[in-house]
Amino acid sequence: MPNPEATSQDPSHTAASAQPASLPRLGMPAPLFEAVTTHGKIRLDDFHGNWLVLFSHPADFTPVCTTEFIAFAAIAPELRQRNVELLGLSIDSPTSHIAWVRNIKEKFGIDIPFPIIADLNKEIATLYGMIMPGESKTETSRCVFVIDPNGIVRAMIYYPLTTGRNTAEIIRLIDALQTTDKHHVATPANWKPGEKVIVPPPATMEEVDARLKAGFECTDWYFCKKAV
Amino acid sequence: MACVGSNGELTESARRMLAALENPATPEQVAAHTELPLFRVRGGLREMAEAGLIELSAGVYASTQQGRALLSAKR
Repeated sequence: MPNPEATSQDPSHTAASAQPASLPRLGMPAPLFEAVTTHGKIRLDDFHGNWLVLFSHPADFTPVCTTEFIAFAAIAPELRQRNVELLGLSIDSPTSHIAWVRNIKEKFGIDIPFPIIADLNKEIATLYGMIMPGESKTETSRCVFVIDPNGIVRAMIYYPLTTGRNTAEIIRLIDALQTTDKHHVATPANWKPGEKVIVPPPATMEEVDARLKAGFECTDWYFCKKAV
Repeated sequence: MACVGSNGELTESARRMLAALENPATPEQVAAHTELPLFRVRGGLREMAEAGLIELSAGVYASTQQGRALLSAKR
């Protein structure tokens, strides 16, 4: 990842620069950007060393998005404990974002603690494939990109305009990814912290023999669990 | 610019960051001192450097005379 302390206007931070045309891919560096947000100008690599949940919503002052922002605000402290920052995005102006955030505070009593990108020219939305023309050509769908402390895309979730996201699943996903990184394991379906994890399957016969003697909870040679 | 408001005065977060640079410091040290998120400190320091209020050398930021003058003007 580039030096996050660089002060010059580096064209590599602009979405319109020579970025690869392909959409973000799991395991690949997240496309760099510099964005106008409700907290000032932010570059992707300002988050170096933190996990980042970059998420888009269709539009300010819409009901499902409002419920989502309230939900994201509610999990912000839990995410912060996990070294995770939140960054919202929609194709709206900074003024609209500010007015909406103030409205949420006034009508629902909720502070929105994270910045929101004002992507009026759709540069970042296009870079990240957040616009689904089959749904809307003028709004971003409900996309979530989990980016790790090294700037690598680790997970992507796409929800349609009609369906609000499940923020508990986002926390569960973060917990799973961080557990994988810490213990070099995988996590089974519906895994939650405290439950046993999957030992990666062996790739060689030698590993199979070693695996079966290692004391794991094995149903078969390829299916072993352990506590972490 | 986020570090200087439309009235030409330092914003509250910029004031806190600039005050934390009484001695040269890294963004991590400024974040710890101000209790601001590190991403926000990085962006704020970059904007203040572009405005000439601080300068960066070998990963360490220090306030400039212009920055110190702006900070002390409102003390």
